[in-house]
Amino acid sequence: MTSPSVPRQSPVRRGRSFASLTGEFLVELLIRACGFSAIFFVFAIFAFVVGSGAEFIVNRLDISQFLFSTEWVPTSVGQKRYGALALIVGSVSVTALAMAIAVPFGLGAAIFVSEFTTGRRKELLKVVIELLAAIPSVVWGFIGLAMVNPMIISLFDAPIGLNVLNGGIILGLMSVPIIVSIGEDALKAVPDSYREASLAMGASRWQTITKVLLPAARNGLLAAVLLGVGRAIGETIAVLMATGHAVQLPHSPLDSVRTLTATIAAELGETARGSDHYQALFAIGVLLFTLTFIVNLTADLMVRGRKASR
Amino acid sequence: MSDAGQAVSPFMTTEKTRAGRHTESVARAVLATVTALLVLPLTAILGLLVIKGAPALSLSFLLDTPTAGMTAGGIFPTIVGTLWLVGVSLLIAAPIGVLAAIYLNEYAPENWMTRIIHLAIVNLAGVPSIVHALFGVGAFVLFLHLGTSILAASLTLAIMTLPVIIASTKEALSAVPMSFREACWVLGASRWQTIRYVVLPNSVQGILTGVILQVSRAAGETAPIMFTGAAFYLPFLPNSVHDQCMALSMHLFTLSMQVPNVPPAMPYATALVLVVLVMSVNLSSILLRSYLRARRKW
Repeated sequence: MTSPSVPRQSPVRRGRSFASLTGEFLVELLIRACGFSAIFFVFAIFAFVVGSGAEFIVNRLDISQFLFSTEWVPTSVGQKRYGALALIVGSVSVTALAMAIAVPFGLGAAIFVSEFTTGRRKELLKVVIELLAAIPSVVWGFIGLAMVNPMIISLFDAPIGLNVLNGGIILGLMSVPIIVSIGEDALKAVPDSYREASLAMGASRWQTITKVLLPAARNGLLAAVLLGVGRAIGETIAVLMATGHAVQLPHSPLDSVRTLTATIAAELGETARGSDHYQALFAIGVLLFTLTFIVNLTADLMVRGRKASR
Repeated sequence: MSDAGQAVSPFMTTEKTRAGRHTESVARAVLATVTALLVLPLTAILGLLVIKGAPALSLSFLLDTPTAGMTAGGIFPTIVGTLWLVGVSLLIAAPIGVLAAIYLNEYAPENWMTRIIHLAIVNLAGVPSIVHALFGVGAFVLFLHLGTSILAASLTLAIMTLPVIIASTKEALSAVPMSFREACWVLGASRWQTIRYVVLPNSVQGILTGVILQVSRAAGETAPIMFTGAAFYLPFLPNSVHDQCMALSMHLFTLSMQVPNVPPAMPYATALVLVVLVMSVNLSSILLRSYLRARRKW
């Protein structure tokens, strides 16, 4: 419900004091400024993150080494190398595993909550999902460290339980609530007349879901998954604590890795301001910003596309 | 009914509909299990934190300063620090967020510019927390010369949680029926007068739920405050927004990652305090929201 149409010139201007009119003008100016603040902040974030690493990115960063080399050796005395491939693969592998867990669970729960529950039970499940989303990421990391870690060690006989599997489980659980809530919104947005028409034709509820609702809500459900991916790529503290500290290409889910986000968090405190290493971390920040920007933009366009076509 | 000779009712179950029903009940059971499995981690986590953390929890744990290299003592400075960070970030984010939502819901025309604002909000919500931290370091700590301080950390938190306030305030505002506004305009009131005297009084509690939600988000964040104002260890309490402070979330991180020989119950107890704090704030927002929905007269 944007833009309620009101006559531009308020009819009763006479009789209002100058101070009241000026006050109104200033308040509306402030409201407009705040309205545009989000654009300002997004640009500011991009500008500062790019700006802080610009000098290094432009002059000394070998882009092909950054993207395709696995050697992240920022503190070597002789030859410093800034290859982020192992970190990129680390982020991608943990995110992929997280999605393998979160997508079936998230979409399944979204369908169940939206189509098979009503009333109090629906509200209760939504509250549980919301509370799951409220657990801080540092607590999730602690769970990975103190709970999932020994479980993995004893189940798989692995030397260490801080690895892709651990990070994937933790990130999966963290992404589920967002997939459930956005997915449920997408299903709710399908008009009831679709359901009624399908049921009236003699289809069972499950047939209605698979043949009518899922195709109709396809874009919204995809957007839900994408937002889950965005959340998983960007998560920092939990993966820092749960995936171990090994800059390497993982060969199995039981290998330790380090993600892009965890690298920044682990190393920013130890670098000298303005050094190549410091700026290389901002270069990773630029990469992360760009990645999540694309993911979120795509998700948003999908949701809008659905709304526009209806 | 199943006798072949009798009249066949058009509504009789057939092999096909029976198979359909069977599939449906199986699918339903599977989905119910999947959903139930999501409730499981929540209860498991809470249960584990309570069982392992409760023994270490005491009044002195809450009210003492960490001692012996953070392997003993309590967590009082971290609680105070978290309150500082949350309070200051709330003071910054709440007015900007509420005004931005007022703009989007009451003023913004439906055009490409508004579309871009929406995109910006979506992206602001999606920027990784560690990128917010980089921004906080670049913009507040260094560029604005705030140093690592409560102010710099709170500004970073405020920008990060802004989308939460905007989204929920917008929802609260759009729940006020259009007819309320129209009735006010018809009396000659200006747009701002309508907002001030009709829209806001009818949505203030809804706005409150969003603000509470922001508090719970801000209290749990670690990455954005790590490099902008939260200290590893600081035995005294902050006096102003220019001081550094400890924080509950950061303390849990340092206890479990960086401090050797911590008694195992301590991080559990710290995590328990953090989770109870965040969840009770969150739950109160949820309860307030459902209370308001039930009470709404229109």
